[in-house]
Amino acid sequence: MLGKPISQSKKMRLNRMLMIGCLAATTIAVLVLSALLVSIAIEGTSSLSWSFLTSFASRKPSQAGILAPLMGSVWVCTICAVVAIPVGISTAIYLEEFARRSRVKRLIQLNISNLSGVPSIVYGILALVAFVRFFGIRPSDEPWTFGNSQSIWYLQIPFGPSVIAGGLTLALVVLPIMIISSQEALRAVPPSLRQAALALGSTQWQVVWRVTLPAALPTMMTGAILSMSRAIGEAAPLLVIGGFLLVFQTPANLMSDFTVLPLQIFNWSGRPQADFHKIAAAAILVQLVVLLAFNSIAIIIRQKLQRPLQS
Amino acid sequence: MNDHSLPGTTMDQPTTTPHSPHSPHHGASASAGGASGAASAANISTPATIAIEMRNFSAWYSKNQVLHAIDLDIAAKQVCALIGPSGCGKSTLLRWLNRMNDTIAGARATGGLSLHGAALLDASLDVVDLRRRVGMVFQKPNPFPKSIFDNVAFGPRLHRVYSRTDLEELVEQSLRASALWDEVKDRLTSSALGLSGGQQQRLCIARAIAVGPELLLMDEPCSALDPRSTASIEELIRELRATYTIVIVTHNMQQASRVSDATAFFYEGKLIETGPTDVLFTAPKERRTEDYVTGRFG
Repeated sequence: MLGKPISQSKKMRLNRMLMIGCLAATTIAVLVLSALLVSIAIEGTSSLSWSFLTSFASRKPSQAGILAPLMGSVWVCTICAVVAIPVGISTAIYLEEFARRSRVKRLIQLNISNLSGVPSIVYGILALVAFVRFFGIRPSDEPWTFGNSQSIWYLQIPFGPSVIAGGLTLALVVLPIMIISSQEALRAVPPSLRQAALALGSTQWQVVWRVTLPAALPTMMTGAILSMSRAIGEAAPLLVIGGFLLVFQTPANLMSDFTVLPLQIFNWSGRPQADFHKIAAAAILVQLVVLLAFNSIAIIIRQKLQRPLQS
Repeated sequence: MNDHSLPGTTMDQPTTTPHSPHSPHHGASASAGGASGAASAANISTPATIAIEMRNFSAWYSKNQVLHAIDLDIAAKQVCALIGPSGCGKSTLLRWLNRMNDTIAGARATGGLSLHGAALLDASLDVVDLRRRVGMVFQKPNPFPKSIFDNVAFGPRLHRVYSRTDLEELVEQSLRASALWDEVKDRLTSSALGLSGGQQQRLCIARAIAVGPELLLMDEPCSALDPRSTASIEELIRELRATYTIVIVTHNMQQASRVSDATAFFYEGKLIETGPTDVLFTAPKERRTEDYVTGRFG
């Protein structure tokens, strides 16, 4: 036989070393994270109460609450989801199922991959120009108005630093991730299913609507909810478009001023008084619970939708 | 298993397409095993109309020519087996018959190819309509991740709007015709992926015939199945012959001799020999055919 044999003990040693190395890496990551969580929990739990969730911000830390940022986060993320999920999924369907292989498609694909790596603050600058100021086409103190200012659908253009501008900004941030995860979900659908549908006389659209999309939807939903978890944690782009740090009302319509949890945390943790740090920690706990809830929904959806696919 | 003589025309089908997934042979099943030569010989003697006509038919994938000037007639309501070593172009030929090659970039073909007089290479041909008239069964069973019922109902639902009872009737007919009804009638709503490989393949056949095709294409339908499932599919093919024209690609010589009425032998993209199956297998004219069917190469 050719080659010099590697001793069994040497192989086992290498095996052990690699295993220990990976274990150490995992432990470090888990330890750091738990230390962070524990310190936040210790600092924040004392401030958590029902009134903390249902009061507005205040100069006195003991009376301050997170109602405005909590509702702001809900509004902004809902708008973000309503825009980013359909647009992201449709784009993925177009790129994967309809677009012919061409230079233009490759260029689009490359751009989407690049955009997913762009720092979110850059999207904030784009959104500031496009949504908040509307490219300066119309001065913000005399906007075009649509609808009754009491209605929930009341709109002004330019949007100004409003809920809808915030939601659209976050939609920009998560759109590349949304598109890429949807594309991957579509690619995971076996080609044999598309062939079967085509051979039965489906049009391209029928293949997508009746076979590919249902098969890819659980994975897509997971991607969508993970994108939303990203959106709910973003502060930087909203800071750029002029999200408010202190808001004393919940949003009433798309034009309302808003703040979100990360902005509120940013505001409070930047103050000198220790009591504000405590309520910042409490707000972080709320944010974590919201995130956890989002991720659990993702898991539940995946389980529920995937069950009928298996025997 | 009762024969369940359904009025096949109650579903007001378009007049252009005969729609009867119900096989008259069904129920009086032929024995699974060695009815090799006898069955095919009986069928060959009946004069047959030509279903598929190929004249000087050539096909390419990009610059690579895979079929060279094929002249071949395939009779209606018979089973025609395409045999030959891997890469000889038989699957390509099959995939031109329902224009599935359209989905492959760089695939093109020239010459004459017609199904019941309709030119299949015509640019104006409605491919979706063609595929409704030509069913296809693939190498690996590929049921949709849906219920058994929804799998069979998938094709019909693409093309027409059915009442629930009509659809149930059609699904039952198709499952009976593919000899699967008795095994699945109590679990139509459970997932098709829970069926065995052989059952899945018969489900795929039921799914194909539910649309009411004139022609069934089978691309090595048994290559992923165990011998027992293979036997049941072969038996099914013999039964379906009464209703459909069937073109089957197979690597299994015994299978070709068992199920087909006519056989065409391909080698390196050329049609070497064609004729009634029993003649081709017992007294081939070409040396290469003889070598191949006797297992000396390929």
